[in-house]
Amino acid sequence: MIDSTRTTIAGPAIPVRGHDIDTDRIIPARYLKCVVFEGLGAHVFEDDRAQQRRANTVHPFEHPRHASARILLVNRNFGCGSSREHAPQAIMRWGQGIDAIVGESFAEIFQGNCLAMGIPCVTVDEADMALLMDLAEVQPDVTFTLDLPTRTLKAGDVDVPVHLADGPHQQLIEGRWDSMGELVAATDQIARTAAALPYFTGWR
Amino acid sequence: MGKTLYEKVFDAHTVRRLPSGQVQLLMGLHLIHEVTSPQAFSMLRDRGVGVLHPERTFATVDHIIPTHSQARPLVDPLAEEMLQHLERNVAQYGIPFFPPTSGQQGIVHVIGPEKGLTQPGMTICCGDSHTSTHGAFGAIAFGIGTSQVRDVLASQCLAMDRLKVRRIEVNGRLRPGVYAKDVTLYVINKLGVHGGVGYAYEYAGEVIDRFSMEERMTLCNMSIEGGARCGYVNPDDTTYAYLQGREYAPSGAAWDAAVTYWSSVRSDADAHYDDVVVLRGEDIEPMVTWGITPAQSTPVTAALPETSSFAAGEQPLIAEAYEYMALEPGLPLAGTKIDVAFIGSCTNGRLSDFAEVVRHIEGRPFKVAAHVKALVVPGSQPVREEMIRRGWDTIFRNAGFDFREAGCSMCLAMNPDKLEGSQLCASSSNRNFKGRQGSPTGRTLLMSPVMVAAAAIKGEVTDARDLFDFAADGSASS
Ligand code: SF4
Repeated sequence: MIDSTRTTIAGPAIPVRGHDIDTDRIIPARYLKCVVFEGLGAHVFEDDRAQQRRANTVHPFEHPRHASARILLVNRNFGCGSSREHAPQAIMRWGQGIDAIVGESFAEIFQGNCLAMGIPCVTVDEADMALLMDLAEVQPDVTFTLDLPTRTLKAGDVDVPVHLADGPHQQLIEGRWDSMGELVAATDQIARTAAALPYFTGWR
Repeated sequence: MGKTLYEKVFDAHTVRRLPSGQVQLLMGLHLIHEVTSPQAFSMLRDRGVGVLHPERTFATVDHIIPTHSQARPLVDPLAEEMLQHLERNVAQYGIPFFPPTSGQQGIVHVIGPEKGLTQPGMTICCGDSHTSTHGAFGAIAFGIGTSQVRDVLASQCLAMDRLKVRRIEVNGRLRPGVYAKDVTLYVINKLGVHGGVGYAYEYAGEVIDRFSMEERMTLCNMSIEGGARCGYVNPDDTTYAYLQGREYAPSGAAWDAAVTYWSSVRSDADAHYDDVVVLRGEDIEPMVTWGITPAQSTPVTAALPETSSFAAGEQPLIAEAYEYMALEPGLPLAGTKIDVAFIGSCTNGRLSDFAEVVRHIEGRPFKVAAHVKALVVPGSQPVREEMIRRGWDTIFRNAGFDFREAGCSMCLAMNPDKLEGSQLCASSSNRNFKGRQGSPTGRTLLMSPVMVAAAAIKGEVTDARDLFDFAADGSASS
């Protein structure tokens, strides 16, 4: 039996700076031509990476110093735009695998997709994020420890509170983030709700 | 105290409260397409679960479909493989499918309403963020990811949190040459791309009341670009008139029962809103985006905003946008040369969108500028058929537009319709993200279909009101 509980997630962090980073940038549409998610990891942020190469800079996802990162740090409204689950699937499959995302805020569909895959998206204040990103850049090997039960994130001398709504928080720490089993189980209640909706019953 | 439509529909579809505190919400309609469903079906098979309500699930192919020719096998082997997977999946589970050979194929958010599948008071989901379009009918409609597509296939349900409701009123009148697209770009510009996170948008007010269903669809379509997962308009006589007689709409005695029910889900006059925003239609000009998010827009009459006019925290993003777009603050966008023009998409690929362009070019000597490649891509096969029946294919072709088969096309360029290099595209679609139109360095300017047509003809961004004759419109425009 695979352990699906998510309690403490630890590892180096990788910062990707910028607000409103959309899912087209996380995984360009040409990689959506696939019938499996495997293999997406190699193409995460592909066009942003190329753009930075042209500008003679290095995208964090290409920088060797972040190659072993497990926690992604982002700014505001990360994952906006297209609902493609391919975006978190690609992030999760990059490098050693990203196990948690810490941001100032997330787009809703993206956050929901991550939860459905057991990846916590937790938020921190803007000022705390600035500290965390600076730390991850200056000391890329420092271990970041996200402790979900206590809702804290520690790294070096930094120790900040993280925010996560109670529902997802409970689902993650109890390992019940995969909603399908729970939804399917309510067969009778589903049928009762449907029977009370006139359009489900042919307007009779 | 009364309730909003959102609350009424949410409550009526609540199956139960889940241990996590989320709500198990029943889905009335599930639309699927080739891009976000194959992995969901694989997950179902892995777990040995079937599809609970195949008769409430409808499939089409839109994102990858080529618009030159839909002949099989599709030229792109990956696209062909995706289509075959969809065909196998719908056949195995008995899901109704509108393939290219049916004459009913099209963009999922165009065909749902067109077939009368989309109805007031429903919950509607699809593995596509622009599912918010269907809110135009007074439905709660939102995009979901692939794992959730799996959940809905298996249980017809989703685990959801309740949203807050923001009422956005647009009162007064729109001036001639200002369209639903301009209203939505204006709203997003005012409230920001994340202003709607946590909210459902209820659109109301005199302008929206006068809007046709297709205009309401354009408006609701882009709710997600403002961060709102769903947006809706309360159903009214316009809604019912649109639905009556459509293939999947109720008929006979059921019609009257349906209209009574639909009217009952309208927001009550004394409903509570978490927020209210009131805008004036007269304040809205034809809008054009200049940046890399749909909020980075300007009236076509204005100069591009100075970076310093934005809050300090926004300035890096603004600077990044100007750099990517190779545009200069302080200069007008009008006069900027374009390379490509695209009229289509689930935002603006319906009959009335093309009608409005035809109205201005028919019988006039207008031609697409020599250096511009201009595409007209109908949102569905029925839209295309009707355009041909009315002779609009000839009107567009004679004016130098390329008249194509139905699909998503250059909205996201998963088919061969792509920008090349850093081409600049005037586009009636909904996203101007970096690389969105198929070239990693391609650039997109979002605007209304009439503004795209004007840009195509002039070869540069232009105020369509200078080129076309709106004098006769007076206050006719809604
Ligand atoms: S037209 Fe564009 S936005 Fe609409 S469904 Fe197709 S790809 Fe998505």
